[in-house]
Amino acid sequence: MIDEFLRPFDFEFFRNGLLVATMSGALCGAIGVYVVLKGMSYIGHGLSHAIFGGFAASSLLGINYLLGAGVWGVVSALMINGVTRRRIIGSDAAIGVITTASFALGLALFALFGTSGRSFDAALFGSILGVGFDDVIAIFVVSILAAVLIFLRYRALLFTTFDPEVADVAGVNTARMDALLMVVLAGSILATMQVLGVTLIAAALVIPAAVARMLTNSFARMLQLATGIGAVCGFAGMNLSYHLDIQSGPTIVLVAATLFALVFVVTGATGRRRAAAIAAPVPGGRAPLPARAD
Amino acid sequence: MSAVAERDELLALAGVTCGYGHEAVLIDVDLAVHGGEFIGIVGPSGAGKTTALRVIAGSMRVAQGSVTRRAGLRMAYVPQVETINWSFPVTVRECVLMARVHGRRVPWASRAERAQVAAVLAQLDIGDLADRHIRELSGGQQQRVFIARALVGDPELLLMDEPTSGVDVRLRHEILHLLDDLNAHGLAIVLSTHDLNGIAAHLPRVVCLNRSVIGDGVPHDVLTTDVLERTYGASMEVLVHGGMPVVVDSFRRHAPHHPHPHPHPEPPPHARPHVHSEAPG
Repeated sequence: MIDEFLRPFDFEFFRNGLLVATMSGALCGAIGVYVVLKGMSYIGHGLSHAIFGGFAASSLLGINYLLGAGVWGVVSALMINGVTRRRIIGSDAAIGVITTASFALGLALFALFGTSGRSFDAALFGSILGVGFDDVIAIFVVSILAAVLIFLRYRALLFTTFDPEVADVAGVNTARMDALLMVVLAGSILATMQVLGVTLIAAALVIPAAVARMLTNSFARMLQLATGIGAVCGFAGMNLSYHLDIQSGPTIVLVAATLFALVFVVTGATGRRRAAAIAAPVPGGRAPLPARAD
Repeated sequence: MSAVAERDELLALAGVTCGYGHEAVLIDVDLAVHGGEFIGIVGPSGAGKTTALRVIAGSMRVAQGSVTRRAGLRMAYVPQVETINWSFPVTVRECVLMARVHGRRVPWASRAERAQVAAVLAQLDIGDLADRHIRELSGGQQQRVFIARALVGDPELLLMDEPTSGVDVRLRHEILHLLDDLNAHGLAIVLSTHDLNGIAAHLPRVVCLNRSVIGDGVPHDVLTTDVLERTYGASMEVLVHGGMPVVVDSFRRHAPHHPHPHPHPEPPPHARPHVHSEAPG
């Protein structure tokens, strides 16, 4: 039994995949707290689709997908952030246009020119087989950057997430905080794409945060719990993925969803009330202020 | 809070015009705020009260005119409670600490910060609620939490948007007394309010605003029939009760079709002064 469990650790691709899945889970869990509490779940979902366009273009052009899709993702993230803050058009409509157009472009490019390099299916649904050492490095770098941002700007990020208008008056550069968060979100999606796939990343962002919210009323504890829950789901899901011979993305998401259901039942009415609050309109997503006067 | 010289000018709006898009919300507004002042901005819905607070706070760009703030002025803003996301996972301590955004670079509080938060919470009589979630508090306690968050930054000027909106008479008294105590310790306060009798009439200075400043001064000089009618665009009558102005809605008193007219209305109980026994101004 133990031997059977440990057998995949003999393979380098599995060790890499496990590392990436665990770190991805922790990273998405932590970033997901801000995404969920700011009412940005749709942005996370859309951005992962937008990055797919960059993935397709870089795949066809033969350039490193981390670089190509990375630039594409950061530009998309900043565009979405700009549109959302300035209310040029309705933010959900803007996100829908930008991200689905980018996703459609990716699909069209693959249809016209076929695939080369990274697998089309792996990008959509995640695959353990394609995980290489460069993926390990990428997720490590993004995780460190996210951890540094959260550690050094913890209060400013919390203030911006909870009450952006007052944070602005208190001297927090909320526009910069939002932009930094979007860039880290884009980096997280990019680094996680190989294991989770663009169609399932949103679940990795939302579910650990939702589970953590049901367990606590404290922001600090929610952040810690979501990070841990994400890591555990990534680790368990990747192992199950190998043993059940199912793609890694769906397995990790199903593990997380099962945990959500368990916590939902165990925490009873209290957990349900807290979880319901996540789905409620969040003033963090309310009308942003114009630029600072000075 | 800091003691500031009473007549030290903290900020001044001069000929300020601003708005959203092409619509001007404030037109040629002049307003100066001095140290230790307690000012109430009154006006109808859409008059620009919140916009004026935003301009003072520096979170809104002005199209014309200028805003001059004393160098290094420390301000804090307390939003309307209706805009707070009460479901956000944050305890009272976390809520107050988040305002300490400058200086310390690590997430956890220093010993000095913990002591300061404890002192502010104790000052506002909510010291035993630090680990409670913000939704688990009464209305008055919730308002105090956000005042505590403002005070922990040691402001010289406190801006409050409708601090008594939607609260009952008892809670309004509680908040008014609290703000009066803070002001007595030197904190300058500018608040917006719809409540002419319950709040504005008790303040040392009232600004009547309807896109432009219609009146500015002590309640006796500003809460007059002429100024109020120009501010609200409605017929209003001002009585004097216990030495204080009491604003009465003239239309309701004299409407012939009203099923229960009140030919000699007494001011409602909540219109009577509670903060000080002497009349303001």
